[in-house]
Amino acid sequence: MTSQEIIDRARASLGDRILETKSEGVIDPYIKVPPAAVAEAALFLRDAPDLSFDYLMCLSGVDLTKGVLGVVYHLFSMSKRHKIALKAEVPAATPQIPSVITVWPGADWHEREAYDMYGIVFAGHPDLRRILLPDDYPGFPLRKDFKVPEFYQGMKVPY
Amino acid sequence: MPETLTSPLKTSTGRVVRNEEMVLNMGPQHPSTHGVLRLELVVDGEIVVDVIPHIGYLHRCFEKHAEHMTNYQQVIPYCDRMDYLASMNMDWGYALAVEKLLGLQVPERVEYIRVIMGELQRIASHLIALGTYGLDVGAFTPFLFCFRDRERILDLFEMTCGARLLYNYIWVGGLSHDLPPGFVDKAKGFCKYFRPNVKELNDLLTYNEIFIKRTANVGILPAETAIAYACSGPMLRGSGVDWDLRRDDPYSIYNRFDWKPEIGKGEVGTVGDCWDRYMVRVREMVQSVNIIEQALEKIPDGDVQSAVPRRIRPNAGDAYVRSESSRGEIGFYVVSDGSATPFRVKARSPSFVNLSVAPEICRGYMIADVVAIIGSIDIVLGEVDR
Repeated sequence: MTSQEIIDRARASLGDRILETKSEGVIDPYIKVPPAAVAEAALFLRDAPDLSFDYLMCLSGVDLTKGVLGVVYHLFSMSKRHKIALKAEVPAATPQIPSVITVWPGADWHEREAYDMYGIVFAGHPDLRRILLPDDYPGFPLRKDFKVPEFYQGMKVPY
Repeated sequence: MPETLTSPLKTSTGRVVRNEEMVLNMGPQHPSTHGVLRLELVVDGEIVVDVIPHIGYLHRCFEKHAEHMTNYQQVIPYCDRMDYLASMNMDWGYALAVEKLLGLQVPERVEYIRVIMGELQRIASHLIALGTYGLDVGAFTPFLFCFRDRERILDLFEMTCGARLLYNYIWVGGLSHDLPPGFVDKAKGFCKYFRPNVKELNDLLTYNEIFIKRTANVGILPAETAIAYACSGPMLRGSGVDWDLRRDDPYSIYNRFDWKPEIGKGEVGTVGDCWDRYMVRVREMVQSVNIIEQALEKIPDGDVQSAVPRRIRPNAGDAYVRSESSRGEIGFYVVSDGSATPFRVKARSPSFVNLSVAPEICRGYMIADVVAIIGSIDIVLGEVDR
């Protein structure tokens, strides 16, 4: 399917839970949904037989500044060979979004990484621990307002 | 509440360890974990009940560094250091993503040289994977043979760009150097030299009875699980999925060459076992030699730096671009805000994703099999941890 057909198909089923779509003038066409609808949209995109997005290529957290964090899911279908991006935005103060680990098990470590770097809480994730940084690391370093602490565990941070 | 000795022992995921079970740490300094990976094993006698990988010991904040560069080209040396055994493929993946953002077309000669370098790198990387895999399961000699052949590839890289491991060779829009005089002949010589050595490797290791006993029917990864976990590269092809980004999501000029993806067939065991993943890599080396030979024949003349942009300021927007590295799908999600610095660079590294399926395929096997399984995933911790 072309990306416009995918978007039309999603609009027909998800209706007003879609905030915004774009397929013209962008490199990766995307569908934007409110954070609360992410799990439902993910399940629909995977299970609709003509879409069957069974392969989660990438899940990224992004700091969009102005107090908004983004989560971007890059999806691909191994059988239909088409792709789409799913986007959601959460407030940086209360970054809550449903986990998609039951839809794509491969989301496990990606979600832990987004939590580690941005503090995005994936509700329903069975094991949401830091993955790359030490458990006691202060703050979320990939947020744009992050300041490198002068000391970490009593040790001077050299720069 | 302070935990006392009477409270039940738990793993780091909060799972209560039963009386007959034991928690065993493998790594971070263990020769079979290929770097600094720690596996928390829950074992019942010799049987592995659960595996909890702990990563991050080699985390160098690649993504944070990328946001603090003054231009897009400066990120490339950091990409080198992600997968230090396949630096060319990393550079190439990043360059493709930025070129996509810029809408940039690179000259023909650059495409050919990139393919040659990328495939040479794939052979070099697979040689390490296979050699150290032999080492993991107790075969020492193939390791030496593999390193001997890899040296020849590193010599080719050295004469091209001066570096043997971290090249900074593939730039956005071009290359740092053109091919030196004599490169094409030397590369052809390498292809001729290397072909018989694959047979030597097969005789020594691949069809060795002990090696087959250690790897066949071990760590079976079914195709559905591989796709659900988004595995890629030899890991996915080993499970019998006919999938290669070079053919199925084509980039560069791979569609001009005559080749087909190698997939696991379960020749000595079950489809998707360790031996299949190993064998896919062996066959991919021959495949890469074929591609290199075809590319060397057709390489056109041209200037490799004519398309390198003076200033890189992509329009605001984002792009996710993936390419086939030695270990699988290396994807770069690059977000631009219109300035000269990347707003966000996320690297979707193949080993990171491939390793996340390890607990699924380790359960129920012996501790010694965990060594064989982790080796067959072929992880590079620099890229897992970024």
